[in-house]
Amino acid sequence: MAVRLVFLGRLEELAGTDGGTVDAPLGWAALLAHLSEAFSPELAETVLGERVKVALNGALIADKGGIVLADGDEIAFLPPVSGG
Amino acid sequence: MSDVRLLTAPFDPAEELRRFTAALPQAGGIVSFLGQVRDGDGVEALELRHYGPLTLPAMVDLAAQVRGRWALDGLLVIHRSGAMVPGEPIVLVAAAARHRRDAFAAADFAMDHLKSESWFWKREKVGGHWRWIEPRAQDFQDIARWGQTA
Repeated sequence: MAVRLVFLGRLEELAGTDGGTVDAPLGWAALLAHLSEAFSPELAETVLGERVKVALNGALIADKGGIVLADGDEIAFLPPVSGG
Repeated sequence: MSDVRLLTAPFDPAEELRRFTAALPQAGGIVSFLGQVRDGDGVEALELRHYGPLTLPAMVDLAAQVRGRWALDGLLVIHRSGAMVPGEPIVLVAAAARHRRDAFAAADFAMDHLKSESWFWKREKVGGHWRWIEPRAQDFQDIARWGQTA
């Protein structure tokens, strides 16, 4: 088992894929490092910005910098929305 | 009655509206808004993506918020996800009320929030290339008209 990563919207373009996995446990800094190395530095930089929200197992996280990911978790990166 | 749906296949707005209206004979006024994929600017297709754990639950919450704000007999919210071609319906909102002003306001509010606060990401295909669409400043101005929402 690992942590599942989900990239929505424009982040999918920056990552070059709509998802991936990373080994757990890991915190925010290690996650950003993984995004930068495994996908692209621009992805990590964008995810760090305040316009990108994060959902952990389907629930929005107020302080994404404080997350700790465990086996089986799903973390989704949510850029600004554009519906309708 | 609130009917909130996230669809991944095409729908028939006229039939949806007919059914919604037929079930609400007590409503004196029904206001509906239909959003469709605009033809022009070389747009060949439009795709909306959603995120399962968030998108529909937030649409249901929005419907509850609308119901709490206006006295409605019924509310219909249908939003597409997936790839669509010009002319295809994207979103249908209908509000039924005893009096028309509540229905107009409720449909307007629901649309403003679907546009800029719901969990959808949109991209369009022009000249064979897909391009993600960022929210417009106008969308944020539209939603700001309603003040702070719960």
